[in-house]
Amino acid sequence: MDPDILRSYIPMFSEAFLLTVRIGWIGILISLALGILCAFILYFRIPAASFLVKCYVELFRNTPLLVQLFFIYYGLPALGIRISAEVCGALGLGLLGGSYMTESIRSGLEAIPYIHTESALSLGMSRSQLFSSVILPQAFYISIPGIIANVIFLLKETSVFSAISLMDLMFRAKDLIGLYYNTTESLFLLVVFYVIMLLPVSVAGSVIEKKVRYRMFGD
Amino acid sequence: MEEILRIDHLYKRFEDMPVLKDINLTVNKGEVVVLVGPSGCGKSTLLRCINGLEDIQEGRVLLEGEVINPAGKTANKSRLKTGMVFQSYDLFPHKNILDNVILAPMKVQKRNRAEATEEALRMLDRVGLAERRDSYPRQLSGGQKQRVAIVRALMMHPEVLLFDEVTAALDPEMVHEVLNVILDLARQKRTMLIVTHEMAFAKAIADRIIFLDEGSIVEDSAPEKFFEAPETERARRFLSTFRYENVK
Repeated sequence: MDPDILRSYIPMFSEAFLLTVRIGWIGILISLALGILCAFILYFRIPAASFLVKCYVELFRNTPLLVQLFFIYYGLPALGIRISAEVCGALGLGLLGGSYMTESIRSGLEAIPYIHTESALSLGMSRSQLFSSVILPQAFYISIPGIIANVIFLLKETSVFSAISLMDLMFRAKDLIGLYYNTTESLFLLVVFYVIMLLPVSVAGSVIEKKVRYRMFGD
Repeated sequence: MEEILRIDHLYKRFEDMPVLKDINLTVNKGEVVVLVGPSGCGKSTLLRCINGLEDIQEGRVLLEGEVINPAGKTANKSRLKTGMVFQSYDLFPHKNILDNVILAPMKVQKRNRAEATEEALRMLDRVGLAERRDSYPRQLSGGQKQRVAIVRALMMHPEVLLFDEVTAALDPEMVHEVLNVILDLARQKRTMLIVTHEMAFAKAIADRIIFLDEGSIVEDSAPEKFFEAPETERARRFLSTFRYENVK
């Protein structure tokens, strides 16, 4: 490995890194918003909406992101809707992630034993008080590990962005290999930058989990 | 004696299965009524009907002359008149002991925190748990949790307390500490309906024993009479299951 080549590649990788992180996290925020909304719809068994959410979850969980991105990137313009590659990437990631987040959050909500509902009701609490003070805080805690696993998974899924010509880390590495044949250096930097992107998330995830656990349950 | 609770011709069915059949019962203020009977006889369901956790198919439940079941839209308000403690210690695991106890007073009765805390600590002290105010449920024993659950129900100032086999899931030593709290409440002349399998306790605390079998009230008598000379064969058979002298 040539240190000079490494050094000269770092700015290019940094640029790709920032783009990947930016679009990745926008997609994750979309997925969280979608996941919360859809999980609530399923939990409260809202008639027609529940059916639509189930269809959405099954459709997006059972198709690869690459295929979804192609549909959005090439399909929408065919319908007359023009969107940039960046918006497409964030949207695709958000839709895929939303289906995973829905299930993680729903499992947290459904995990709360029914006796908590009964005891809150017997204390005269309304359904909304029960939900906001008893169900939701506990469900949030239970969902954290699943949500963090999804975040990591989604950040890694960004590697298919190159297919819709986004200059992400993967695209940059393949590009440099194609141009200069410096395969070792390019792949090495690729790994390093992915680790830089994901390790803090992993570490922060377990810290958050412990903090919330302590705050909520006292140990 | 002043009547506080009245149940008129109550019928309860789960799907098509009748669980309670024509229950008629009046309870006077300050009375301690113990409900006994074999498993599945409907005694827990009866408490749940009084608390409004179960809807009823026929009849009604009145508290101080006001219909509390069927209650329709006012169900949450009606429930406040009765305080229920369940078999499984059902404290909210994400709240410490003090917050468990003052959550409903603050949310439902809109009392301020300082005032609710003051009352909570006084009541927790009475059951010997004031110093555990900052502990979390998982740090407490089953008996301690059940005592907190009783305080939590008392904080809403219910007219009638309902205890649904509150010691059934506890170790024997812990049973005692919980029953002592209930005895203390009886001395304060609280109106209580208690479902229990602790016959010695029932005998000691009850003003009246109600014996239920297959969804009907079979006997309604003073504890001395019920335990010494039950009227019905069914009650005699039930009581004999608690004795072991003729087993061998």
